[in-house]
Amino acid sequence: MSEARPSPALLAENRLVLAHVYMSTVAICLGALFGVLQGIARSGAFTPPSWFDYYRMLTMHGVLMALIFTTFFITGIAEFVTYRAIPRERSLVVAWLGWWVMLVGTVMAATTILDGNATVLYTFYAPLKASPWFYVGATLLIAGTWFVAFDVFANVNAFRRANPGKPIPLVVYCAAATFVMWIVATLGVVAEMGLLIPWAFGWTSGINVMLTRMLFWYFGHPLVYFWIMGAYVIWYNIIPTLYGGNVFSDGLTRLTFIMLILLSTPVGIHHEFMEPGIASGWKMLFTVTTYGVAIPSFITAFAIFASFELFAIKQGRKGFLATVRALPWNDPTFSGAALGMLLFILGGFGGLVNASYSMDMLVHNTIWIVGHFHVTVGGPVALTFLGASYWLIPKLTGRALWKPELALFQTRLWFFGMLIMSFSMHVAGLLGVPRRTAAVDYAGAAATQAWQPYMLLAAVGGIFLFASIVTFAAVAIGTLRQNDKSASMAVAFATPASSTDTTPALLQSLYRWGLIALVLAVVVYAGPAGDLIRHPGYLAPGMRTW
Amino acid sequence: MHIHRYERWWLGFGVGMLLVFLVLLAIAAFSSDINPPSGLGQIDPTKVAQTAPFDHPGLRKLPNGAYEAYYVAHVFAFEPARLTIPVGAKVTFYVTSSDVVHGFFIPYTDVNMMAIPGWVNQETHTFSTPGHYLLICNEYCGIGHQDMFAKIEVR
Ligand code: HEM
Ligand SMILES: [Cu+2]
Ligand SMILES: [Cu+2]
Repeated sequence: MSEARPSPALLAENRLVLAHVYMSTVAICLGALFGVLQGIARSGAFTPPSWFDYYRMLTMHGVLMALIFTTFFITGIAEFVTYRAIPRERSLVVAWLGWWVMLVGTVMAATTILDGNATVLYTFYAPLKASPWFYVGATLLIAGTWFVAFDVFANVNAFRRANPGKPIPLVVYCAAATFVMWIVATLGVVAEMGLLIPWAFGWTSGINVMLTRMLFWYFGHPLVYFWIMGAYVIWYNIIPTLYGGNVFSDGLTRLTFIMLILLSTPVGIHHEFMEPGIASGWKMLFTVTTYGVAIPSFITAFAIFASFELFAIKQGRKGFLATVRALPWNDPTFSGAALGMLLFILGGFGGLVNASYSMDMLVHNTIWIVGHFHVTVGGPVALTFLGASYWLIPKLTGRALWKPELALFQTRLWFFGMLIMSFSMHVAGLLGVPRRTAAVDYAGAAATQAWQPYMLLAAVGGIFLFASIVTFAAVAIGTLRQNDKSASMAVAFATPASSTDTTPALLQSLYRWGLIALVLAVVVYAGPAGDLIRHPGYLAPGMRTW
Repeated sequence: MHIHRYERWWLGFGVGMLLVFLVLLAIAAFSSDINPPSGLGQIDPTKVAQTAPFDHPGLRKLPNGAYEAYYVAHVFAFEPARLTIPVGAKVTFYVTSSDVVHGFFIPYTDVNMMAIPGWVNQETHTFSTPGHYLLICNEYCGIGHQDMFAKIEVR
């Protein structure tokens, strides 16, 4: 091995990132166990025991997957790219504090769910009232991510001080933009917690149900974009390095992330189209803003395919098939991301239906929605993160990936499992199967006859997915116990295809765009939220129905 | 910053499609009145049983020939549990909850809305096909959520 020995400072940074990856790995493995049990339970083949009912499982699955797995992976990868792209002497105290606060929050929330005192699903809609420690735990999880955000920002600021006038490295820009968006978004859920926590402790007697829902979705939609931006950080900056390609355009990448900062938040009411208390004019407005947030994803689709094609042309190949053949399909990291992108194309179409105002009536709260977010977060995002773990763990430990062919198999198995499960859920949803329901036979009602084959098929897809996660766990553990310490810890991020392509200074001021995004979100929400605050009506004392 | 010609075309196409969709939705909303349910009426959920017309949930015929159906959702049932609707009737459903959040969904129709304590939601549907319909709660409301359904017969 010709590489210089890694410095102790680098090893210390790696330990921190690894701590995040451990958490995300444990979360997705446990989450998959609950996921497959849900799939089987819904097919009617298994009834969960009364000491661990279906909805407790579903709460665990939603929280583990949507909140814990994704968040820990994104905080980890953001720190990793920041440290590697901005080498400097630095303190890791704030970053470690963040990890510990996230951990304490996670343990607190998970304990209340496991012991049955918070069967409120990951959306915790009032007036269902969980143990106050569930809300406190979830708030700590968020608070921990703020420490991570400030650590990333501190490194950005240090880079700017040391390199006046120079743009910050693209990969750090993307990571920092993700956290600027995240701060704007999490203000909503923290405000909601400000209502829920005193109410759950019994210090206040009632709660404005519709206001808590609006604050939740102010956060809930950008939560989705937090996951997607995490995947985009990898797609733009890491995936091209796997085949020797480039970022298509530096400026357009930065523009994409700024659009995501601006447009991710003022859209959340598209989750509330079927609710009373919000006038239909506001719902129309939110349809328009939601369509807007599709645009940065259009740019991304173009940029990714352009990067593929530029690389093929560089190799002297031309045409669609030649481009496809030029790509490293046998690299598990590439395979994960690329198969994820394929799923995302399906997810994008479905998303347009869901966002479409009156069209949402056909699918709202049916299992179509579950099919939709499994081909968005469960496909593109999770598969990108699983694939990226195969790249990241060797970079962090120096241990070579254990059985890469097994890792490759894992990504393909996940892809097919997700296609099967999600396809059946989409069809079943159009036939009227509700989501979040332990059993869907309704005392044998005739209308449910057509549903059963699809529930069975979805369970089969779930079993594939579970097998895929077992494979992932085997490769991860195998790698961590590997004696072969020959993996290179050196990292380079993708560079733009053309160095003459200048990036306007306007795109450099991340924090200013964050502030504009906050103002935009407040302006768009002022109308509908103002209505609810002016006419709160009934304040619910809360109850436990499980 | 340089934007490639193909990229301009692609973005033009994408944004153009979005605008077409928006125009179609707007036409549906303004000319055919296809809007999502957005009831703005308020009610005290602790007094639903005493508040007309929810004190007598069920179907009633209006002088103009249309129908109104009043429903109360509570853990884990709907009232009325059974309802018969004449074929071809144009029914406006009004629903409220007397406890937590519930869903109000009739599969194979576009009746799909949220029942929120404190609010009355509403939606209109014309039943042109006779048969047995299921009314189900499609929002998690507690341990018996999967048992929360009612029956509607159109004949
Ligand atoms: C082994 C893989 C997986 C399987 C078998 C699986 C299965 C399921 C099933 C059957 C449901 C629907 C339950 C219902 O509505 O009654 C569900 C819900 C859900 N899943 Fe998954 N899933 C998997 C992976 C994932 C991943 C990777 C994510 C995200 C990162 C995810 C996020 C969610 C969320 C957010 C819900 C909604 C929970 C709720 O409605 O409260 N799942 N999953
Ligand atoms: Cu959304
Ligand atoms: Cu229910």
